[in-house]
Amino acid sequence: MSDPTHLSLAEARDALASKQLSAVELARAHIDAISKSRALNCFITETPEVALAQAQESDARIARGDARPLEGLPLGIKDLYCSKGVRTTAGSRILDDFTPTYESTVSANLLRDGAAMLGKLNLDEFAMGSSNETSAFGPVVSPWRRAADPDAKIVPGGSSGGSSSAVAARLCLGATATDTGGSIRQPAAFTGTVGVKPTYGRCSRWGIVAFASSLDQAGPITRTVRDAAIMLRSMAGHDPKDTTSVDAPVPDYEAAVGASVKGRRIGVPKEYRIDGMSAEIAALWDKGAAWLKDAGAEIVEISLPHTRYALPTYYIIAPAEASSNLARYDGVRYGCREQGRDVSEMYEKTRAAGFGPEVRRRIMIGTYVLSAGYYDAYYVRAQKVRSLIKRDFDEAFASGVDAVLTPATPSTAFAQGEKGSADPVEMYLNDVFTVTVNMAGLPGVAVPGGLAANGLPLGLQLIGKAFDEETLFSLAAAIERAAPKIELPQPWWREG
Amino acid sequence: MTTQAAPNKLISGATGDWEVVIGMEIHAQVTSNAKLFSGASAEYGGAPNDHVSLVDAAMPGMLPVINEECVKQAIRTGLGLEARINLRSVFDRKNYFYPDLPQGYQISQYKHPIVGEGAVIVDVSPSERITVGIERLHLEQDAGKSLHDLSATESHVDLNRSGVALMEIVSKPDLRSAEEARAYVSKLRTILRYIGSCDGNMEQGSLRADVNVSVRRPGAPLGTRCEIKNVNSIRFIGQAIEVEARRQIGILEDGGAIAQETRLFDPGRGETRSMRSKEEAHDYRYFPDPDLLPLEFDQPYVDALRAQLPELPDAKRARFIEQYGLPPYDAGVLVMERAAADYFEETAKGRDAKLAANWVINELFGRLNKEGLDVTRSPVSSQALGAIIDLISQNVISGKIAKDLFEIVWTEGGDPKEIVEARGMKQVTDTGAIEAAVDAVIAANPDKVEQAKAKPTMLGWFVGQVMKQTGGKANPQSVNELLKRKLGV
Repeated sequence: MSDPTHLSLAEARDALASKQLSAVELARAHIDAISKSRALNCFITETPEVALAQAQESDARIARGDARPLEGLPLGIKDLYCSKGVRTTAGSRILDDFTPTYESTVSANLLRDGAAMLGKLNLDEFAMGSSNETSAFGPVVSPWRRAADPDAKIVPGGSSGGSSSAVAARLCLGATATDTGGSIRQPAAFTGTVGVKPTYGRCSRWGIVAFASSLDQAGPITRTVRDAAIMLRSMAGHDPKDTTSVDAPVPDYEAAVGASVKGRRIGVPKEYRIDGMSAEIAALWDKGAAWLKDAGAEIVEISLPHTRYALPTYYIIAPAEASSNLARYDGVRYGCREQGRDVSEMYEKTRAAGFGPEVRRRIMIGTYVLSAGYYDAYYVRAQKVRSLIKRDFDEAFASGVDAVLTPATPSTAFAQGEKGSADPVEMYLNDVFTVTVNMAGLPGVAVPGGLAANGLPLGLQLIGKAFDEETLFSLAAAIERAAPKIELPQPWWREG
Repeated sequence: MTTQAAPNKLISGATGDWEVVIGMEIHAQVTSNAKLFSGASAEYGGAPNDHVSLVDAAMPGMLPVINEECVKQAIRTGLGLEARINLRSVFDRKNYFYPDLPQGYQISQYKHPIVGEGAVIVDVSPSERITVGIERLHLEQDAGKSLHDLSATESHVDLNRSGVALMEIVSKPDLRSAEEARAYVSKLRTILRYIGSCDGNMEQGSLRADVNVSVRRPGAPLGTRCEIKNVNSIRFIGQAIEVEARRQIGILEDGGAIAQETRLFDPGRGETRSMRSKEEAHDYRYFPDPDLLPLEFDQPYVDALRAQLPELPDAKRARFIEQYGLPPYDAGVLVMERAAADYFEETAKGRDAKLAANWVINELFGRLNKEGLDVTRSPVSSQALGAIIDLISQNVISGKIAKDLFEIVWTEGGDPKEIVEARGMKQVTDTGAIEAAVDAVIAANPDKVEQAKAKPTMLGWFVGQVMKQTGGKANPQSVNELLKRKLGV
């Protein structure tokens, strides 16, 4: 077989099953690609020896006809997932050389199903960011380039930028990611990959470093809709260790990928046509609707009136929870510690040295909105608005809509340093189409819709009813079939 | 709130009388195998950091899972406090930094506690009974323990207690004296121990009190309060209230004002001192814990727990009065400890209950207190004490001999009946023998006989002499009768 990294996850699975390819060959091809692609800075920690050992076991299992659902498929794991015996950083200095003694439930589910782990993927520090520029381990670079200025380093989105870039650059067949306000879907849209943010409670949060507990959700980034369906089936499921995870059977998502979308009602929310939306994004959105219509779906305009409050509301709730969730990084039990004259000074020095500027900013915002005298004005009101945002969706679905179609991002990817250096809100606006989904706890998927004039990918977003990921997979697959195929540039990033 | 203290509860200052107003927050450690949100052992002791799970140490990505038994204990306790059980309650995070608080927040219940308002009936003295309102009861995590004396330059942290379940029981400001406060804590402890939701062991810190104290002129609006933190014995609670009330009265009488603050009681110096002022108070930034869903259960769940509750002290006391004809105060003393009440009932079964109550309260409890023993470790079993009482009732031994017999059984053990036989402790009921002794005493004391004729109370002296002669074994009734007849009084 020529280059197994060009296979999709589903194709690789089939090639392994038919013994056209061995798991060790597949792992080696990816390990080789990773070792030659360090210019992208996708991995914080590479674990080739782990992947090879797992691949050897996979080959043995395949040989004796005992293959598991993801047997021998090499994946990347976002470094927010705790990996037993492997350094886990959350993209932060504060965790220093922290090595968990436990495996997150979702990554354990993938390993249980036979996947191999190539390494830990870079991310924005504590998943706070939209460009991967806040990582303490340096920014990740997207394999995509702008036609006009090919030397500009394009961001892969964030916070799951290591995941999106690695999947786009064929360094792994798929990757785990997490999404608190768009951290799966925005990087997927920026890199021409597929990203699924499942319903809140679909995947366990146990063992994933928490950012904002009521919003965080694990999901996959892959190169095809089918691949995402295959990965999610293994990742999802009830976990008694996470009481917010839901005890409901996990469907065979892959079966939904080819399903007909005939007669499905797709809502197009008028409020998402925001001021200053580029003609290109507007045109993409229209095309997406047209593709679904061609596939037999019905397009209706809907109203989600509280949409415009979603972003400010998100930037109250998420930092509030984060300010509390990150209190445990205090230098007492693990991670870095800067000595001080007394315990207060030790805390201050440790947290000043350990956290980067964006994390510090969000901790301060969160501390402020929860403090006495401001709590009602900010946090309580934000929670009320959150209920209204959820109600908007409930009403749309109650009116007979099966899913909602929007653009995934307000623009294509940008170059490093281009956004947010002067005004952080400029960066926060990246999440404008995605945060509502987290606020409402719904599933959302980003699927490629083609290339913009600047040569960078554009993505569409589909939002579904709670626990109806299957409909999303069928609709995303319809868009995938209809959208123009996007071709990755020549691997400029490869050494040797 | 408007309850006014009886005049005898007032404290007299230099400028007149003052009323002290007290409210209590009791932290009671829940009796459970595991911690509130983790599977680690909640047992007291162990080597430092032996009982610590990944959750207790707040490792990255760890999540709390509620321990259902702790929820049941809180509901049972709420039922024991005659309180409203909230079918929906919410866990909040109380945020502050401290090395023995690994998460950087304590999971507690702030706005929506599991138990609402209730009431506790408290017997302050044989003649005084008050009702203390309960404001709420909520579940929360305990913190770990900082150890500052292991090294000159560093502190150490033991997380064994981190995450252990506590019930915080908040009273209304219904208490009006140190005595009432002591009686309230003591009653609360009794209820908790009956229910089995807290062992009430104050030495081990299973029961700790934060005491809110303010003073006012009788009938005036409430004064500014100070909170005395973490008082860990009933005696200290009383002392802390008294010195704090005196301190506040002193300030007010000197024309000063009370600053709202948190104070610590120093039993060694017998004073309270400032820990932190209102301005230094933490802003805890409470908000609902997003890792935990609201705690919800239905009424049948509560009813099932109610059905399994043991007979509680108030009901038992009422039954003892009704069934055994005991004076209310005696009944109250007997029900203080469930094991003691059981002991009494075993002893009283088929016997004179009042006699049994006297023996249990006076001889047994007296002796147990002296030795610092719990009734469950009494060397005299309820069967043995019952046998002693039987010997008294059957006139085999006198009350006085019975006390000696109790002492023998206490120190040496053995069957009371056999001891009486073997050691010749049987009461002399042979009138001939008693008469001989009576005659001998009369013959030896002619002057006293004369006196006795004029002053019949002298009879007691003669009884004593006869008892002495018979080694205390003469039946006192027979001695009395014979003496009366022979002395003609």
